[in-house]
Amino acid sequence: MPKTIFEKHSPYRKGYTLPANDVETKLESCFPNNFRRKEKIKLPEVSELDVMRHFIELSHNNHFIEKGFYPLGSCTMKYNPKINETLVRNEKISGLHPLQNDDTAQGALEILYELQHMLSEISGFANVTLQPVAGAQGEFTGLKIMKAYHNAKNNKKNKIILPDSAHGTNPASVMMVGYEVVEIPSNKRGMVDIEALRKAVNNDTAGFMLTNPNTLGIFESQIEEISKIIHDVDGLMYLDGANFNALLGIVKPGKTGFDIMHYNLHKTFATPHGGGGPGSGPIGVRKDLIKFLPVPMVNKKNGKYYWDYTNQETSIGRVHSFYGNFAVNVRAYLYLKMLGSQGLKRVAENAIINANYLMKKLQDHFLVPFKNEYCMHEFVASGKWQKDKTGVKTLDIAKRLLDKGFHAPTIYFPLIVSEAMMIEPTETESKETLDEFIQAMLDIAAEAENSPETLKAAPLNTPVRRVDDTRAVRELDVKFEW
Amino acid sequence: MPFISNTDKERQEMLTAIGVEKFSDLLKNIPQKFIVNKNCCLENQKSELEISHKFYKLIAKNISSARVNSFLGGGIYDHFIPAAVDHIIQRPEFHTAYTPYQAEVSQGTLQYIYEFQSMICELTGMEISNAGMYDGASATAEAILMAARKSKRDKAVIAASLNPLYKKVIQVYTEGMDIELVEVDIENDLQNLKKVVDNQTACVVVQSPNFFGNLEDMFAIEDITHSEKKTLFITVVDPISLAILNSPTEYNADIVVGEGQALGNPTNYGGPLFGFLATRSKLVRSMPGRIVGATVDANGNRCYSLTLQAREQHIRRAKATSNICSNDALCTLAATVYMSLMGPKGLNEVATQSATKAHYLATKIAELPNYNLASNKPFFKEFTLKTPIPAKEIINLLTKKDILAGISLEQFGMDKNLLLIAVTEKKSKAELDNFVNALKEVPNA
Repeated sequence: MPKTIFEKHSPYRKGYTLPANDVETKLESCFPNNFRRKEKIKLPEVSELDVMRHFIELSHNNHFIEKGFYPLGSCTMKYNPKINETLVRNEKISGLHPLQNDDTAQGALEILYELQHMLSEISGFANVTLQPVAGAQGEFTGLKIMKAYHNAKNNKKNKIILPDSAHGTNPASVMMVGYEVVEIPSNKRGMVDIEALRKAVNNDTAGFMLTNPNTLGIFESQIEEISKIIHDVDGLMYLDGANFNALLGIVKPGKTGFDIMHYNLHKTFATPHGGGGPGSGPIGVRKDLIKFLPVPMVNKKNGKYYWDYTNQETSIGRVHSFYGNFAVNVRAYLYLKMLGSQGLKRVAENAIINANYLMKKLQDHFLVPFKNEYCMHEFVASGKWQKDKTGVKTLDIAKRLLDKGFHAPTIYFPLIVSEAMMIEPTETESKETLDEFIQAMLDIAAEAENSPETLKAAPLNTPVRRVDDTRAVRELDVKFEW
Repeated sequence: MPFISNTDKERQEMLTAIGVEKFSDLLKNIPQKFIVNKNCCLENQKSELEISHKFYKLIAKNISSARVNSFLGGGIYDHFIPAAVDHIIQRPEFHTAYTPYQAEVSQGTLQYIYEFQSMICELTGMEISNAGMYDGASATAEAILMAARKSKRDKAVIAASLNPLYKKVIQVYTEGMDIELVEVDIENDLQNLKKVVDNQTACVVVQSPNFFGNLEDMFAIEDITHSEKKTLFITVVDPISLAILNSPTEYNADIVVGEGQALGNPTNYGGPLFGFLATRSKLVRSMPGRIVGATVDANGNRCYSLTLQAREQHIRRAKATSNICSNDALCTLAATVYMSLMGPKGLNEVATQSATKAHYLATKIAELPNYNLASNKPFFKEFTLKTPIPAKEIINLLTKKDILAGISLEQFGMDKNLLLIAVTEKKSKAELDNFVNALKEVPNA
């Protein structure tokens, strides 16, 4: 593995240039000595070339979209248009300060206003806040809105129902707003079990959180009935929008009974994932919930755009220092503008076709528990056949895929499918890529029978071999000592 | 269609392979009434050229604070960013990679996060840093939740001089957990703090330099905080300041948080930003967020992986330390490259120039009739000015001269004649003098 940047330290090397200080003021006159740091900071002293070589060397050890396929279920690893990168780097975007006058940021405000509007339109909600900076923060914000709604009506409610196929962030977000989680099982078709739902619902039910299409990639066909059950006790329906890519231009979730949803702009709207952020997790709501949205919102009056604090009193407050991840939101704006209505629909259609094609081609070789339903943008396969017959686990299959130049699917999730492999191809992948992936999976299925030891030892060709996670916990080393 | 590889012909071949005639056959599960029939709502699709033209026209209405003589701060600062930083973060190897769950093909991301954590530890003097958070505000809020969890107490004491926007985020993050927030004015009298710290206090939260730019007496505050054995001292710091100001370990901070944007990230109208959170080893299991650890692979070679994941939402679900599922990785990469390029001397130079230029400017402005510093406390690179006419009016007047004078504190419910002014190393003496001269010409002042 590459040395750390600290090991490349060479005293007095410099990687920067700065103009000489042209004021006469001395630091000693600025503040008393007891405020001064005693110990020197140990950062590496390296040249610009040292730095470039170091990080380029590190970069070679990553998988990324332009290198190869990323079939990660629920993550929507689609191609990220490069024009966005060029445009957001303009100083009139990157150089804006959040506290400059609205008059001096009219272009930025117009972009955000239009994005609020476009996201509302395509999802069938009344308005959207762009403030939450991640899907999980969106969930948190949405649940706060739910709580504000109930508080305003003096509803004494404290429970949120979730299906057992929910993302881990859902229960964690519920906990953070001070509600309790009630988990219900899925039925044989991989959907919400209506009877179980009925049993779980009562006057304590504040709301229901659902991913639709769900994490099995199946559209919840009973959505109308589910909404009715929840609304009958004055609960609210929350949509986890992780899988919104499947619905673009096809279904408006706001018209199917949902009251609140979050969007993942870093999934559905092609903003780069960044190796773990920055993302953006806007929230859409129905009309009577607008007053609870975080402030400020962008608004327009007499042809001028401005930050609107009108709902300050009823709003849940603020979840971000400023207005959310502006530069990420600008990328989503550009993406939507380029797609237009027709492109938007085409995205969902091709995502769904790609997923069904993969499901069809793999189902004779891997267990696909819900193959009797057409899937939406993703589906869940399982390594159970291989495990039962050869002892090869899903983890081994995933690691072997890395050897073949593919990223692994999302594995061991959803929790309700044993040895799960959640596969989402996205619309941007071509048929050849999918065929190559299918071939790799078939080769691995054959390998499981003929040479299971190879799989158990995989990966063999990656920058490092299988990583010892247990040791990382046992012998915690989170800071380089030098 | 943009960004879609498959042609109509390939699409049809795939439908045939699936065993359906047309696309709509795949939508059997969706009740017909929910299917949108007409093309929705957006305009027609635009080419790269068309969208670029439209975009440039639109943003021509913006004034880039990085281009004019700007003194805006309040937590977001326009520090110099070496060009190499952007060249690294634009690399798709980093830019389009997923969260490094598959460690064997994510060593690039994992290693720089490890280096980032190490650098944050060096700056703060702490033993462990997480991989990053959304921003300084949420990092502060999460630190309070962490302190409450660890101490099993539910009162958080917050210095009134903390950034008012952070206070709002803290409010939203803590109210569901039944944490009582007690705000205390420590600027004028530390006795106020003594009065509220008791055996129910989970933590004391103090920002230094505070929102107004002033340095707090962290040693005295620490004495009071730790007079209660279990109470944790949470400090909110400007990472640039740490090059010359006390390392939080010197005043025995337990959790150090802050906004990391100033380290190599542009102001970007306030986002993306990144927060950092560092602490003592003994608190590690209560920490929120991702952490990368060094380990070995099957061949015994050194490598890295996400560690202590049993704290996180994807494993622990409702019992996780936080719901956070992002570390604003790319922003922390910018910070790691920035700190590597600047090194100890560069950071020191940035901090020194920012401080000395801020003090030069403060002195010059204070010499003007009718302008006074709002406080005589020591400050770092930002200070609050008492203005003779409402700060908002000064801002409007100076904007016409391509000077962004600073932040009017009226918008935070404070006196309308207070102007918060930030200075970074990017300012030249001529720009500072230009600002002073412009203030001189403000009518009625």
